[in-house]
Amino acid sequence: MKPDLRLIELNVSFLTIPKPMHSTDKNVTQSITQVIAASSLGTLIEWYDFYIFGSLAVIIGQQLFPSDAGASALINTLAIFAAGFIVRPFGALVFGRLGDLIGRKYTFLLTLVLMGGSTFLIGLIPSYSSIGYAAPILVLILRLVQGLALGGEYGGAATYVAEHAPVGRRGFFTSWIQTTATLGLFLSLGVIVLTKNIIGADKFADWGWRIPFLLSILLVGVSVYIRMKMHESPVFSKLKAEGKISSNPLKESFQKKANFKMVLLALFGATMGQGVIWYTGQFYAQSFLENTCKLDFNESRYILLWAILFATPFFVVFGTWSDKVGRKWIMLAGMLLGVVFYRPIYQYFIDATNVKEFEKTELKSATSPIVERGLVKDTKDSIITTTSFKTLQSGMTFKESNVIIIPDDVLAPMPEPQTIIKDVTLPRSTYITIIMLVFFQVLLVTMVYGPIAAFLVELFPTQIRYTSMSLPYHIGNGVFGGLVPFIATLVASFSGSTPLSGLWYPIGIAALSFVIGAVYIDNKGDKNVMD
Amino acid sequence: MNGLKKLLGIVWMLLGPVIIAFLFMQAIDKIAASAEGVARTNTTLQWFIIILIFIPICAGLVIFGYYAWKGEYEHLPESSSDL
Repeated sequence: MKPDLRLIELNVSFLTIPKPMHSTDKNVTQSITQVIAASSLGTLIEWYDFYIFGSLAVIIGQQLFPSDAGASALINTLAIFAAGFIVRPFGALVFGRLGDLIGRKYTFLLTLVLMGGSTFLIGLIPSYSSIGYAAPILVLILRLVQGLALGGEYGGAATYVAEHAPVGRRGFFTSWIQTTATLGLFLSLGVIVLTKNIIGADKFADWGWRIPFLLSILLVGVSVYIRMKMHESPVFSKLKAEGKISSNPLKESFQKKANFKMVLLALFGATMGQGVIWYTGQFYAQSFLENTCKLDFNESRYILLWAILFATPFFVVFGTWSDKVGRKWIMLAGMLLGVVFYRPIYQYFIDATNVKEFEKTELKSATSPIVERGLVKDTKDSIITTTSFKTLQSGMTFKESNVIIIPDDVLAPMPEPQTIIKDVTLPRSTYITIIMLVFFQVLLVTMVYGPIAAFLVELFPTQIRYTSMSLPYHIGNGVFGGLVPFIATLVASFSGSTPLSGLWYPIGIAALSFVIGAVYIDNKGDKNVMD
Repeated sequence: MNGLKKLLGIVWMLLGPVIIAFLFMQAIDKIAASAEGVARTNTTLQWFIIILIFIPICAGLVIFGYYAWKGEYEHLPESSSDL
């Protein structure tokens, strides 16, 4: 194949980098620092875009679905949220192929623009009350574009950084990319909480939820500007100059048995378990605290924010450690700890927030009940809601509403009165304990996720690296991980199940991945990513 | 260890179809139990999506098991050139 002379010229300064390097070389370290900063910023913004949807699932459900849809609106919103994850493997194939054919830089520039554009447009979609079912259909389409874009982004960024990193420090350098998913979630939660606090809860629920989506266009603009100034990966450039790039990365990745078996091993022995640990610790925990434990909107998000803040440095700690002791056992230990401790942790969440039980013995004060009367939507049945705000001796507060429905037909059976608990705020000691337990879950995330980029990069050769590592990563994270909130919520809603039943999904997957990883994965990676 | 790898290969080959059968049984059970109307439609759609996603993954697990049973994972590549 004829070498692309323009590319050789553009990257001539970078062709010196792949030589064996030492971290003491200041110029090299500086250029890698720039590479990491530029790559990480774009990836962080992509994660931000992706996660604001999940963080606003309840409000989006209210805006995009009929107002009387109740729990099914949340499940449908989570299904749309999950749809974005499900298409990630397809994005990995489409953009991974492009990345192996035309290069890393331009491919992940494209994914960034697609992600930013679709996020911005989600913020502009009219609500269900304005355009009916067109609203959820439009958001589904844009969510699919987001998923495709993200499917192409991560593999490119991880590959790009790894191909710049010095030998023996790949775990350390790629771990910075690994922080971006969690920081993107942190940023999305921070922007949401800040916006809500500035404009107020009512305005936020009405139109303010759109602001985090619209803000994305500014962040993406900055990131595109920075990425435009980056050079192509030196390893890829060298390969291209030598005419050694793959002509058909998909075929080489998945039709060649020697490579395909490694794709399967990466999926079942590593990314599958890593995905469920990630999404249980950082998504299901918050969803569980808000929807099952009925914690106040801000309180559940602050808990996650604190936990993420304290745990994020451990991505780099475990990434660096993996350079010394190998990637395998750090990742597998994170999975095993999740299998063992998830149920006790979530049982504590339930016990510590069981206000109905505490109320019997610890009620300190209650406001005068506010009585509201009305009609059940689309019927002539009457509804009487009695609401009061209660405080317990421990300092815990909550809103309790008793709902009675009186059928219009006097012969119809009277439905059982319902008690609805909302907006629970915790006493300080319980609040701190829950932060520590969520922190522990995020710590497990850092164990499984910190070393995994280096692990995946080292499994595959340069010609097909983008494609080969992206697919197992996005099936593991997008499908197995991304479905955690949806499947766990679905399982917990079955008759006869308990609030903890949903945890069997991540526990089962993590246990399976642990066994496969422990038996089949080697602890020594390929130290040479230049071939 | 290589014997265990091969033996577990059979387990993975069996596990794939077992998971699919379990999902089908759950889907039939839950769809039958859901209320008529929108709830029934939603439940059917949700289970259709879940099964659609997990069929190729379970097929992958069967292939993985087959490779393990055939001894493909007895010696992993030492470098990318082995691939």
